[in-house]
Amino acid sequence: MADVTFTVDGKKLTAPAGTLLIDACRKAGIEIPAFCYYPGLSLQAACRMCVVRLEKVPKLQTACTTPVAEGMVVTTESDEIKQSRKAILELLLGNHPLDCPVCDAGGECELQDMTFKYGAAESKYVEIKQHREEQQWSPVVFFDRPRCILCYRCVRVCGEGMDVWALGVQNRGVSSVISPNGEDHLDCEECGMCIDICPVGALTSGTYRYKTRPWEMNHVATVCTHCGDGCKTTLGVRSVDDGSEIIRGDNRDKSGMNGDFLCIKGRYAFDFTTREDRITKPLVRQPNGQLAEVSWEQALEHAGMKLREIRDTRGGSAIGVIGSTRTTNEEAYLLQKFARTVLNTNNIDHHRTADYASFAAALQGKAGRTASLRDFLTAPAILLLGNDATEQHPALAWNIRSNVRQNRARLYVANHADIKLHRQAKSFLQIPQDGYAALVQYLAGNEAGFDGTEISAAFREALRKEESLVIAFGSEFRGRDIQSLVDFGLGLPNVKFAALGDYANSRGAADMGLMPDLLPGYVPLAAAKHFGEEYPSLPSAPGLDMLQMFDAAEAGNLGALYVVGSNPVERYGIDPTALKNTFLIVQDMFMTETAAVADVIFPAANLYEKSGTVTNTYGDLQLAKKAADKAGVRTDFELIVRLADKMGADPKKLVPFGRGVRADMGQTRGAQSGEADRHAVWLAANNLEPKLSPFDPFAVFDEIQRLVPSYNVSRFELLGGQDKQTRSDLVQIELDPARRDLVLPANDTLFTSGTLGRYSRMLHSVMESRTTKPAETAAD
Amino acid sequence: MPRLVSHPDEVKIISRRFGQGAAEIDRYIELDGYKAAQAAIEKGPEWIIAEMKASGLRGRGGAGFPTGMKWSFVPKQSEKPKYVLVNGDESEPGTCKDHLIFLHDPHAVIEGTLIAGLAIGAKMGFIYLRGEYRYLLKIMEKAVADAYAKGFLGKNIFGSGIDFEVVTQTGAGAYEVGEESALMESLEGKRGVPRIKPPFPAVVGLYGGPTVINNAETIATAPHILLMGGEAYAKVGTERNGGTRLFGISGHVERPGVYELPMGFNLKRAIYEVAGGIPGGKKLKAVVPGGSSTPVLLPEEIDVGLDFDQMAKAGTMLGSGGVVVIDESVCMVEFALRTIKFYQHESCGWCIPCREGTDWLKKSITRLHAGGAVDKDIDNIRYLAENMMGRTFCPLGDAAAMPTIGFVKKFRHEFEEHLNGKGCPYEHQREAVLV
Repeated sequence: MADVTFTVDGKKLTAPAGTLLIDACRKAGIEIPAFCYYPGLSLQAACRMCVVRLEKVPKLQTACTTPVAEGMVVTTESDEIKQSRKAILELLLGNHPLDCPVCDAGGECELQDMTFKYGAAESKYVEIKQHREEQQWSPVVFFDRPRCILCYRCVRVCGEGMDVWALGVQNRGVSSVISPNGEDHLDCEECGMCIDICPVGALTSGTYRYKTRPWEMNHVATVCTHCGDGCKTTLGVRSVDDGSEIIRGDNRDKSGMNGDFLCIKGRYAFDFTTREDRITKPLVRQPNGQLAEVSWEQALEHAGMKLREIRDTRGGSAIGVIGSTRTTNEEAYLLQKFARTVLNTNNIDHHRTADYASFAAALQGKAGRTASLRDFLTAPAILLLGNDATEQHPALAWNIRSNVRQNRARLYVANHADIKLHRQAKSFLQIPQDGYAALVQYLAGNEAGFDGTEISAAFREALRKEESLVIAFGSEFRGRDIQSLVDFGLGLPNVKFAALGDYANSRGAADMGLMPDLLPGYVPLAAAKHFGEEYPSLPSAPGLDMLQMFDAAEAGNLGALYVVGSNPVERYGIDPTALKNTFLIVQDMFMTETAAVADVIFPAANLYEKSGTVTNTYGDLQLAKKAADKAGVRTDFELIVRLADKMGADPKKLVPFGRGVRADMGQTRGAQSGEADRHAVWLAANNLEPKLSPFDPFAVFDEIQRLVPSYNVSRFELLGGQDKQTRSDLVQIELDPARRDLVLPANDTLFTSGTLGRYSRMLHSVMESRTTKPAETAAD
Repeated sequence: MPRLVSHPDEVKIISRRFGQGAAEIDRYIELDGYKAAQAAIEKGPEWIIAEMKASGLRGRGGAGFPTGMKWSFVPKQSEKPKYVLVNGDESEPGTCKDHLIFLHDPHAVIEGTLIAGLAIGAKMGFIYLRGEYRYLLKIMEKAVADAYAKGFLGKNIFGSGIDFEVVTQTGAGAYEVGEESALMESLEGKRGVPRIKPPFPAVVGLYGGPTVINNAETIATAPHILLMGGEAYAKVGTERNGGTRLFGISGHVERPGVYELPMGFNLKRAIYEVAGGIPGGKKLKAVVPGGSSTPVLLPEEIDVGLDFDQMAKAGTMLGSGGVVVIDESVCMVEFALRTIKFYQHESCGWCIPCREGTDWLKKSITRLHAGGAVDKDIDNIRYLAENMMGRTFCPLGDAAAMPTIGFVKKFRHEFEEHLNGKGCPYEHQREAVLV
């Protein structure tokens, strides 16, 4: 719309016609207070805090419902306006319990801030306040009615934002109360958005309430460790006896791709970090068959010696390595480099949840064709093939819903199930579970093999008219099907793609070459080129994949297996006795089924306890920063380097430290959220800061950026907390058509998260409390 | 059936069929029923709107917006269906006029709805009765069914080729739903809270379609205007205040009831002559002129014409025509309390000033009435009410604040008599307070 010029407090401002006055003012740095107004949600005009004076209008007007108009003259602060706002606050405080000293929101409360500003300090009433007992609505959501100011943000974010509609208003007048859909409890997706958006302490989190004062925490912006969406999250941490523990997850800076959003896992499921059954001491299996705690030196010595012996006697091909989908890119890269240059083996794999290699192959040479998670918030049209994003990619579902709601984006969904996003879809097509390949053929114009109907014809026709489309596809698509889908998509004018995989760094694990036939950046071993120079002892033949390694172990041909942050025994249903002749080293947090049969177990840190980069399933690269700390555990990065060292390798060759440009990120805390980095200051003051060390992940990131061109993004922006899209066009691979399909989708729901979910009591308690499945809870 | 009152000063237009059995459709037809609708079909929408504009009819719900103008605002072309909505959510304390229309002349409401529909090109009308009028619903439903049976509603009405449907609906007992946008929310099956304006109902109303929403009396007046001609109707009233309206005179008068008086009729005459004056030789203390939300008038202020403009000049409002007469035996603090109790109970709770303000007013005045207040509290009550005025989402906040300010301003001495533990001096002579 055309711009209009108007005057606010004597300042001439310009904004597109139709912009809400409150937004236009905030953009120009003029803060107009509001409780009920929330960008992106429907307007309420209920709190009356944003009143302003418009010239020639008799009454004060709410800035949240006034669109700017040419020549409008606005006053946002005057004695009259101040008095009006103060009167509102007096009314609110009249019934407010003023239990600020113990309230979770104390110090982060919009009611406190506004009272501080407008000074409603005098108590005008002597009558008894309205009181209601606090209610627990779910294991993670508590509601304290007296604190509620009825801004309806929670009602709207739950309904409009989440499409769950679990909250509403009961009674009327001064008895009005926010109520959950299950009368006394919530049947919902437990995302906690209502808590996040509450301007006061009325809705509180079961994992956080009454644990701390906000200012006693450090706030660390990092990336969620759960699904493949890579939501930015801010973890609140505080010191405890054995390190520092996470006590809150939220996303208060809102700068991430997920915007306002976090799901149940991102918000609450960090409690696995403090489980009492977490392994915190190295364990080595004794001659009597029992695992015993030993010193780090003994454990590393034992594992290193064993690996060296097997390599030297039986060759690298007798050693296998299994990496993780939740370690950082630097750790994944380092692990494969360690395998290929120190263990001399290509027997390396990870739990694949999407066929990123085929996706990379299909897109090679095609610039700008991968869709960032951000694209789903702005694209005019979206095609979702397979996958139940609400369960498996909650942030993607949030962005799609927001886009449909705010920009009227057109959503096309084809799925074998009637997934929840059907409700937002302009067009929905239910197809057989094995019908995805035929569907793509059908969309491309090939009728054979697909039962076309009027609905599917309309679906296809509408899709073909789209001029700008993003396509997200689930793990239903693999190998050649991905190629056909990409071929079909490229026939449309302006298409971007996203392959949906399951874990925080599933994409990174594939990008970093945790595969027997592909090096970092999907470089085939046969065309190793510069890797040949970089990795002097790189074996030229492809190694064993995940299943082949276990076959080899069973046949007695695998002398050692090094498993980092993975539980293949459970995931692939491996008979543990197959590993009886294999020296098994496991790095993990917990005594998983795989760890239980290990010869050496190293207690490992998780993603919240380390720094580095991770790549979400859309190829968005982000910085993960160390938030928590646990005495006794070490990062996978450090463990790999120490193991290499024990094997007699030169750590400097593995981690090119000293060449880099950045000091250890591992110690920076809170700096991103603008708070003093007290730990770093202390280290620097005492000259203890390990400027560049063999444990500096950024020394490896230097190498990744050098050798994997698609990762050569702006370091400055990445370190500033921005997400940077990796490039799809710089890959050059030719996949063997006979390559084995090893994709095994995790099929996590909103309430499960692989091993981490199994060790999250909070997720368990929520699952146990549920009576309805999330897709069935909605009001409409 | 309530007793009907009558007085020679009345000019009976809208009430002329009261007590004539016009709820029966044949009787209604005998009394010129549905003639206006047929004329409207014949002469078309422009004629209807011209007559309505000429009549000077202003909305009888309380705000007094010119009806003809309101109808002319509805866009001629619309993608969404247009609707006529009859606001029969008559809930303002002191008001009981629509009740009589539904009871005695339901077909006038149906015919008026039809005329409004013809004027704006709507194919459907809704007649919404307040929840407490459920007993009137039967009468309305029978009238609608009879009109369908005669072919006056439904497909091809009066053989004209025009279709028009009418649906009746009751509320669930909320004063707030008398506010037009809240009524639409309620009718759509949602919580009865008001909508943000603009857009106004004429553009985006019921189910998102352009909607004319009028008070039941306004709608029922339309057929009479078309029958007698807009100009003739206008002449009955005063300038810019055409015609007559129904005034419900209650409280301390000899002959309480609903009287149809020409606009501009003197309030003092209405009380002393039409309604027969104050019983028992008692002195007049105050008059609430247009329903409980209008500011109170003192005895020396009532020599004033009952129309929108003269009442505004007198610092109050014509409102919904509910005149409440208060004699000297009434404690004005208790009257103020009874008034605010109503608004506190009826506040929908949507916006802060009304939700919290009405509650604190009620609590403070309750305490004051019981003697538990000091001088500062009177100022606090006024401060509270003044800070609600003009700050609330919908006019209900003003409706609660306005009379409260009036009571404190004009009867401060009575408030003061209650202070410092003294309590209510009227306690011993209390009668039922009629609100």
